[in-house]
Amino acid sequence: MTLKTWREILAGGLITNAGNSEEYETGSWRSYRPIIDMDRCTHCMICWVYCPDGSILVTDGKVSGVDLAHCKGCGICAHECPRKAISMVEEALAMEGAQ
Amino acid sequence: MVAQKLKSKPVALDGDRAVAEAMRQMNPDVVAAYPITPQTEIVMRFSDFVANGEVDTEFIPVESEHAAMSASIGASAAGGRAQTATAGAGLAFMWEVLWVASGTRLPIVMHVVNRSLSAPLNIHCDHSDSMGARDAGWIQLYDETVQEVYDNAIQASRIAEHPDVMLPTLHALDGFILGHGVERIELLPDNAVKKFIGIYKPEHPLLDVDHPVTYGPMALPDYFFEHKRQQAAAMEKALEIIPQIGEEYGTLTGRYYGLMEGYRLEDAEFATVALGSTAGTTKTVVDELRDQGVKAGLLKLRCFRPFPATIVAKALGDKKAVAVLDRSLSFGAQGGPLFLEVVTALFTHGFGPKVVNIAYGLGGRDIVPAQIHQIYKELIEIDGKGFTGPPLRYLGLRE
Repeated sequence: MTLKTWREILAGGLITNAGNSEEYETGSWRSYRPIIDMDRCTHCMICWVYCPDGSILVTDGKVSGVDLAHCKGCGICAHECPRKAISMVEEALAMEGAQ
Repeated sequence: MVAQKLKSKPVALDGDRAVAEAMRQMNPDVVAAYPITPQTEIVMRFSDFVANGEVDTEFIPVESEHAAMSASIGASAAGGRAQTATAGAGLAFMWEVLWVASGTRLPIVMHVVNRSLSAPLNIHCDHSDSMGARDAGWIQLYDETVQEVYDNAIQASRIAEHPDVMLPTLHALDGFILGHGVERIELLPDNAVKKFIGIYKPEHPLLDVDHPVTYGPMALPDYFFEHKRQQAAAMEKALEIIPQIGEEYGTLTGRYYGLMEGYRLEDAEFATVALGSTAGTTKTVVDELRDQGVKAGLLKLRCFRPFPATIVAKALGDKKAVAVLDRSLSFGAQGGPLFLEVVTALFTHGFGPKVVNIAYGLGGRDIVPAQIHQIYKELIEIDGKGFTGPPLRYLGLRE
């Protein structure tokens, strides 16, 4: 996201475009990454309900992953999951694993 | 515009009532205020206007000044014209939200009847209260007379709401000296005031549900600084707008306003700089000294924020000696707030007259012509002998 100069922004910090928080990628704040064990997941959607950032991705009514651009790694999903299907992995290790 | 002075009505009013009268004529959408000496009379009188149906204003009798400013912020963001009034500790209690008003760029007008800050408890005039708010992003205008109280109250609305400014404006009158001092002043006809201030048309009113907008969002290190730079730019712009509005007001009334007023200043060798009612006392002394052949002059500053550095520096640069009068102390600083501004302006514009700082009138202590004569006498001595030691002196204090 290109940052605007002081001449380009609205006075007083006003925001006129609704839902623009999506443009702000908070995923870089994360130090723990939720990893979903799809073998244990029953798609009960409790993680989707509890996620404060709307970062649980759903496809055709089923949990399909995590929006890593916005997930802050708070771990609420893992804490609430009744099947203990989500584990929080240190971001550095998760990044190595992904490579 | 063709100069056409309107028929005005002479009346005897004190400063507080002059503010209330101006507010009645401006008929703000919302006034949220809490009474505090010596501002009480403004709220009391304006409440009468509300109760008598002489204004359409929604009057909110809040439980504190923090709430008064918070309600004003809400009303202004909603799209209304909001005004309030306070003094001393009341202004101090607003401090946190003053920054919200300016940071959100809400053109609230606040009439401040200057009062000292406790402790010890004191209800009388000094400028500690408004000077305490000098960095809060509000425009600050100061009055010399009750006529100026009325005139600046009205112009404050136009200045604050100017589309290139959009900054809250604090309009300061000396507590009791102007607030409760009765003078003969001229009031504009009601419709002339209404026409002069016009209808407030905010660009993004919160209550425009067809065009939703978020007020008061968070701005983190990536954007906060840019917003502050915008406020600084608005202040710079206000330096152009304030005299324009003062000129336009002059065409209506015959009373023209700039950022400052030079009184016998141009050819003066010895100058004082003052804010507020003290400027009036000083003018008398300047006249007396001129009669004696002393080239005395006065720079009366009307607009403290934004500080008109260039015109102040140019007006004082060629003087032999200058005394800056501060009605507040900044403890541990090298002088009062006005002194620091004036010296910085002179230095950065390449001028170097001898400048001293006179702290006076704290807690409402009177300043009398004999004392101002003493200041000019000191300036003449300083011109001859120079001075050593710190520039700050205390006037009218028992040593």
